Amino acid sequence: METSPLMLAFHLMSTLDPRLTEIVGLSLTVSLSALALATMIGLPLGAVVAVGRFPGRGFVSVTLSAFMGLPPVVVGLVVYLLLSRSGPLGVLGLLYTPSAMIIAQTILIVPIISAVTRQTIADLWQDYREQLLSLGASPMGAIPTLIWDARHSLSTAILAGFGRATAEVGAVMIVGGNIDHATRTMTTTIVLETSRGNLALALALGLILICLSLAVNGAVVGLRDMARRGD
Amino acid sequence: MSMRLEQVTFIRADRLLVGPIDAELAAVPLSVILGPNGAGKSLLLRLCHGLLKPTAGRVYCTLRQAMIFQKPVLLRRTVAANVGFALALSGIRWRDRKNRVEQALSMTGLLSKARQPAHSLSGGEQQLLALARAWATSPEILLMDEPTASLDPAATDAVERLVCQLSENGTRIVMTTHDLAQARRIAHQILFLHHGKLLEQSPATLFFREPGTQEAHAFVDGVLNW
Repeated sequence: METSPLMLAFHLMSTLDPRLTEIVGLSLTVSLSALALATMIGLPLGAVVAVGRFPGRGFVSVTLSAFMGLPPVVVGLVVYLLLSRSGPLGVLGLLYTPSAMIIAQTILIVPIISAVTRQTIADLWQDYREQLLSLGASPMGAIPTLIWDARHSLSTAILAGFGRATAEVGAVMIVGGNIDHATRTMTTTIVLETSRGNLALALALGLILICLSLAVNGAVVGLRDMARRGD
Repeated sequence: MSMRLEQVTFIRADRLLVGPIDAELAAVPLSVILGPNGAGKSLLLRLCHGLLKPTAGRVYCTLRQAMIFQKPVLLRRTVAANVGFALALSGIRWRDRKNRVEQALSMTGLLSKARQPAHSLSGGEQQLLALARAWATSPEILLMDEPTASLDPAATDAVERLVCQLSENGTRIVMTTHDLAQARRIAHQILFLHHGKLLEQSPATLFFREPGTQEAHAFVDGVLNW
């Protein structure tokens, strides 16, 4: 009797198939690295745009919001051109490596995190502005306090960034090349194996992606509720 | 030891909201800026504190200031950490902060709640914490914008007693209110504001006995229109 793709998928997951774990491991490494980088850039960037007063602030704000919907293939193409041998950063030799994928995903996530941060911090700044200035903080000096006090709301922004990173396929395909044992992630494998008719692995990875998303969301909501009770 | 206002004027959207005002604030221990809603009391206090820039005129003040707002803004951390935060911003060294935090919380009766989240405090306690936070930074002059406006009588009494205690201990207090009874209870000097103009500046006893202007008279009698 022929085993269904779904049964095969569960078998792969329950036996911790080495190929499956390698792909999941690489995907998580790339996405979490990109998320960490994007958070380090996006949180302060969004906060500076929220509280700062400088020429072009409106333009930066609109650009960040507009770039939330950046097409991944366009980002992939731009990063490819930058990192390709004849590109300005070609000398680094990063094309078709996980580093290139991290760069592409970081570019995709930064606008999401910074745009949500900008709005969240701007709202909080309205409430805190007079008090913090009265206590002697400068607008820029108030940023760490604002980020800390908005941490629960900002966790949603970071979560959205993680969702975008793990679900992304176009950019990592272009700059990573989907090379087996090197740059093959969950999403690019799903595309490849589906086109090959190997639905078991594709399904297994799809299920893992969904479970991962549920687990991360659940964990963040749980942590947020726990922390809120302590505030 | 005072705060001097010279021709202080504030205009927004072509509307004259405050001034021009010449006044000597904090010449007595406890000054109350009195006036109906919309008189410009809060604006004047913000101009004094430097949160707003006067459109014209100047505020002369060399005193260390702190300000308490009608609705206290507390950070999302513990009661003690809120006071510690203000001390850190004032440049107080880390090892000196603990004692100062304890002193401030003892004075306001909040020491037993030091480790509680600040937002779990009642409205009155939150205002006391705002006072503790401001006092901890050793201000020479404390500006208070209707600090008891949203408090119940018991909490109002607690805040008033603390304000009087601070005043007796040498901190100059400048407070806004539209509560006549409160002004009678605690003020040494009244600055009466109406439609952004300082109509009267006189000792509290004199102000309530013989208001010098028609508007002040009407306000004391409770018949002044906004």
